[in-house]
Amino acid sequence: MRIDLEARPKRSTLREILSPVAALIVAIIVGGIVVAIMGRSPLKAFMVYFVDPLSQFYSLQAIAVKASPLILIAVGLAFCYRANLWNIGAEGQFIAGGALGGWLGLVTHDGAYQAIGGWWILPAMMIFGIIGGIVYAMIPAVLRVWLNVSEILTSLMLVYVAQLGLDWLVRGPWKDPHGFNFPVTVNFDPEATLPILFDGGTLHLGCLFAPVAVVIAAIVFSKTIFGFQVRLVGSSPKAARFGGFDDKRVALAAFAISGGLAGLAGIAEVSGKIGQVLTSISPGYGFSAIIVAFLGRLSPVGIFIGGLVLAVTFVGGEDAQIALQLPGDLTLAFQGILLICVLAADVLARYRLRFRLGAAS
Amino acid sequence: MTFDPQQLEAVLVIVVTAATPLLMAAVGELVAERSGVLNLGVEGMMIVGAATGFAAAYTTDSTIVGAIAGTLGGAVLAAIFAFLTLGLAANQVASGLALTIFGRGVANLIGAGFVGLKRAPAPHLYIPGLSDIPLIGKLVFGEDPFVYFALILTGGVAYWLMRTRAGLTLRAVGDNHSSGHSLGVPVRRVRLLAVLFGGACAGLAGSYLSLAYTPFWSPDMTAGRGWIALALVVFASWKPWRALAGAVLFGGVDVLRLVFQTWGVPIAPQFLASLPYLTTIAVLVVLSIRDIRGAASPASLGVPFIPDR
Repeated sequence: MRIDLEARPKRSTLREILSPVAALIVAIIVGGIVVAIMGRSPLKAFMVYFVDPLSQFYSLQAIAVKASPLILIAVGLAFCYRANLWNIGAEGQFIAGGALGGWLGLVTHDGAYQAIGGWWILPAMMIFGIIGGIVYAMIPAVLRVWLNVSEILTSLMLVYVAQLGLDWLVRGPWKDPHGFNFPVTVNFDPEATLPILFDGGTLHLGCLFAPVAVVIAAIVFSKTIFGFQVRLVGSSPKAARFGGFDDKRVALAAFAISGGLAGLAGIAEVSGKIGQVLTSISPGYGFSAIIVAFLGRLSPVGIFIGGLVLAVTFVGGEDAQIALQLPGDLTLAFQGILLICVLAADVLARYRLRFRLGAAS
Repeated sequence: MTFDPQQLEAVLVIVVTAATPLLMAAVGELVAERSGVLNLGVEGMMIVGAATGFAAAYTTDSTIVGAIAGTLGGAVLAAIFAFLTLGLAANQVASGLALTIFGRGVANLIGAGFVGLKRAPAPHLYIPGLSDIPLIGKLVFGEDPFVYFALILTGGVAYWLMRTRAGLTLRAVGDNHSSGHSLGVPVRRVRLLAVLFGGACAGLAGSYLSLAYTPFWSPDMTAGRGWIALALVVFASWKPWRALAGAVLFGGVDVLRLVFQTWGVPIAPQFLASLPYLTTIAVLVVLSIRDIRGAASPASLGVPFIPDR
């Protein structure tokens, strides 16, 4: 038997919007089968994963807190992926931003700034976070643009390096001297902590970065020449060069945006959610954001929705560990299934499948 | 420091052990890439191989069953990848990433019940007399069966790829799938088999980690070796024997960490642990400076093929 792909005569916007939704439904069904194999009720698991988190105020906040880094990183990745640049090291850029921004929070600890006031610390930390992410993203970007080194491998290798580097910093020079030898830094001063939006809640100011980034990216993609250039570099670099603009500069810019947003997400997480620097500051946001980017079909609005969906699986997954004793890795497996379904649905939105008996091709 | 042949031999034996999984995974991926398919899911296939391999070996108390289960685990994951990229012509980079994320999750689910359990490592060859020769005895005549198999695999693939008609067909498909298609070569079937072979090799390499390298299962135990294997394929310029040289080099870097620790060299362990990754980047950079714009890579690598009937 062979499978033939037949291009659909017309592209339909509705079909392209519905394809990720269909993918999500299929992924949930497959996930349900896995849960059933593990001997739990799929219906109960569905409630814990996808319904319960949406029904309580505190878990809605938790979803927003988890969704913000995912959305921020994925919006940046959309610039790279549209330009056909495969930055898969956002996790490393997230850590670099969190570390550099967090460093500022550590050196200003305990009122070291009292002579000049503390109003500048938070903005400076955010800028340091962005710079950290950009600098770290420039390594694979420059290697790719000037030396044609595969950005896929270098950006991923740098994730491991960043994780080990942060581990070294927090266990070594940054360790809290009065922390009973625990591998943690001191807690940030209030001046270095992103404020909480509601009293007693978890939603912090950094969660507002994500919607802002979505709006700006949507405008850049649809209204600016740069947005067009990014897409052109991805689909036809030759045409881009004929068009008279520097494809290398566009590539570097796409990487810088991607790294900067990942770095901002990193420092927002460190300053807003954690409040100190730990040996590990991310439960794999940089990798889950890749799924978010594809779930949102590389469009900012789609990414916003996709980020919320993935955040629900994170929060639901934590609840399921407690309520149903389902292992946390089920969430990871589900996210993988979801990405597989999204990629398949993407093709099916544009092509029709024909199953034929007979010779293979 | 005085020279101690026994110590040197011990180090070399560890180099071989560290190089073996990299070599097996790289040779498998090399075949897939020579057919024109870039499967970035090596890390995922490897970790699944490690989990299924250990689970099967522990339940049946047989290393061979474990190795076969690991091989099959890798191949099953490769089949998912093949369905996406060959059946549906989906983006190969994204599909490979999906495979890695999915593989990590599945492997940790499979391995969850086996955390903390131990079994005896795969037995080593012992030929009385020969294995006792100082310096080279253990190195040449005292390895575990995986090591010898990896060498046979490399030689077999090198011969098959460069000296047989089938190998020529595979390389032709990888260099220009349209010409292959118009000559009546079943492009997608060739690629399917190549991808499955690559998955099987990655799975076997993973099972080596949990059956011989460290004879237990721990989550994320592949630690980026699948990605290093991908870099090895580039390092090898898509030639099997060069992959062997690269695997030994990377195995050596891996071992450097142990050597430095035993000598008590005052370097942060985190820095030593990051050496394989930094080396990978350095090697890729050096290769690109030397290479004439990717001349060695298969021309159709990563390009999806949609037959026009």
